[in-house]
Amino acid sequence: MYRYDAIDQRMVDERVAQFRDQTRRFLAGRLSEDDFKALRLRNGLYIQRYAPMLRIAIPYGLLSSRQLRKLSDIARRYDRAYGHFSTRQNLQLNWPKLEDVPEILAELATVQLHAIQTSGNCVRNVTTDHFAGVAKDEIVDSHVWCELIRQWSTFNPEFSYLPRKFKIAVNGAAADRCATLVHDIGLHAVKNSENEIGFRVIVGGGLGRTPIVGHVIREFLPWRHLLTYLDAILRVYNRFGRRDNLWKARIKILVKERGPEKFRDEVEAEWAHLKEGPATLTAEEVARVESRFTRPQYETLADIRYPGIPGPFTAWRKRNVHPHKQSGYAAVSVSLKKTGVPPGDVTSEQMERIADLADHYSFGELRVTHEQNLVLADVRQAELHGLWQELRSLGLATPNIGLLTNIISCPGGDFCSLANAKSIPVAEAIQRRFDDLDYLHDIGELDLNISGCMNACGHHHVGHIGILGVDKNGEEWYQVEIGGNQSPARLGKVIGPSFARAEVPGVIEKLIETYLAERDSDAERFVDVVHRIGLEPFKRNVYARPDQAPAPRRELAAA
Amino acid sequence: MPVLIKHRRLAESSPPPDLVLEPTDDPALVAASLGQARVVAVRFPKFGDGRGFSLARLLRERYGYKGELRAIGAVGRDHLRSMAQCGFDAFELRAGEDPQEALAGFGDFSESYQSSTAQPLPLFRRRAA
Repeated sequence: MYRYDAIDQRMVDERVAQFRDQTRRFLAGRLSEDDFKALRLRNGLYIQRYAPMLRIAIPYGLLSSRQLRKLSDIARRYDRAYGHFSTRQNLQLNWPKLEDVPEILAELATVQLHAIQTSGNCVRNVTTDHFAGVAKDEIVDSHVWCELIRQWSTFNPEFSYLPRKFKIAVNGAAADRCATLVHDIGLHAVKNSENEIGFRVIVGGGLGRTPIVGHVIREFLPWRHLLTYLDAILRVYNRFGRRDNLWKARIKILVKERGPEKFRDEVEAEWAHLKEGPATLTAEEVARVESRFTRPQYETLADIRYPGIPGPFTAWRKRNVHPHKQSGYAAVSVSLKKTGVPPGDVTSEQMERIADLADHYSFGELRVTHEQNLVLADVRQAELHGLWQELRSLGLATPNIGLLTNIISCPGGDFCSLANAKSIPVAEAIQRRFDDLDYLHDIGELDLNISGCMNACGHHHVGHIGILGVDKNGEEWYQVEIGGNQSPARLGKVIGPSFARAEVPGVIEKLIETYLAERDSDAERFVDVVHRIGLEPFKRNVYARPDQAPAPRRELAAA
Repeated sequence: MPVLIKHRRLAESSPPPDLVLEPTDDPALVAASLGQARVVAVRFPKFGDGRGFSLARLLRERYGYKGELRAIGAVGRDHLRSMAQCGFDAFELRAGEDPQEALAGFGDFSESYQSSTAQPLPLFRRRAA
């Protein structure tokens, strides 16, 4: 965890006072709805379908047990005793009262949490790899760079009223686990031939209604120049990004309209003025931020080889336990994808128990993943069995990380006023259809993502199977895409006309049947098969008339 | 008469601007005439339109403008501190703003992380000192 110094704390406290005053002025009728909207959104407060929604920042997904206990307590006292972890590593409360929000923010500030810039047309919570700091393929610990960017972006006076929201992702490892190619800016740590650290800079990616894979505008940006280069990109965007049309206001449209080369030239020309200026980072500052992070005191332990006796513990270990750079340790996913529970939802009771587990097993820290699960990053391998038993008793040990039922889903029409359709019941219906664990494991790795509208909060474009809620004459329909991939980023393609909600699980089943019939071996994943054979065989099967129905799934699974 | 704040005080009066920049204007094109200007205004057409923040920094930091830089248009209490950081020193408040309350807006925060016109050294360079 990054620990605030006195100034960091003061900034957050002053923000609480500022928002308290803004809320007071709004309730007294001295701030208009529209003006207050711009202000409340940058404090994470939405007015939703049934109630306000408060989005609390979990900066780059890193959380302490103390903070999680506070979140549990706040959810219990100000909400309905549960919270929802989002795909942007934040926590959302669905039922707070508007007039309570300043008090909630004040309580959050006591544990160094806030809701700063979790919405609004500003730089949002920067996201990263949930295995940062423990991954074997690490180049840098991205948390340090995320914190530097958090400070640069917090109340940035020049970039507080951008054309649209702005999302930055930082990846510090060789593999990209935070989808840098589909963010407004993606930063991917690299080393050059002299072994110096820098970043590959990717701009203009994004999902939403115009999904675009970003463009590399710089292969190697030395780390010292990170903030001045961000200043240059943001300044070009702030000045020239479209403000006439909400749907064309993201930086991806500017990059597309200008062309990536011309956009890069403009950024470089702007940067020429800022380079080596006072915002140039120093080694002292990087070291200072690094030193304010708590670090686990690892013991010297040997790796443990568990016998692969078939059974629930082995299944869990196979799916939910991940390698660690430190021998004798492992990272553990806490699955928030139990069938029947909306993806990413946790109760206050569970939050408290998870905080206890973090204290006992993982140095009091945990991470939130963009797949809406939690990670205990530093678990002794010798304690895996004990941890598994405890997680199982809490309903948090579903062995489905990377599998079809680990569904990413936005809150959808049950909560969100933007949604065209519900997503949670669709996720649940699919989970129920694929409740046979052996079958699920046989299908293998599969990312299934659901968004309730084309804003794509459920990242449906980069799911191996993506489901999008659409509105047709006031009715809910669902469009299905296949072949998307998060890393390397690739966008899915729509298979054809959309479906009624009740049809969706059957469609997924047909897609899976096709895959199982077509795959070379169980090493070839669903998405690999889509890329190899194309959409046609899948479409044929899904849209076939009943009299041409294929063989039932069990035969195929056994084949 | 709109209320004008100058140097963090309510101002009696001030000359009209010699030059008004719209958000789409390029400060480079007026750079040559900045030496003669006493008052340059930058218009904020809407509460959420932040282009003027960048224009102000360019006028001050790149083109060396030293005279009065006035924010006009949708200028409210909640913008004042950021505007001041970006180099504005005069603010024509939009209708309906309470001038005394607005003055308090400058004090919303006692520190900033970033390099800006008003404080070119980012916090990290001052923290280290």
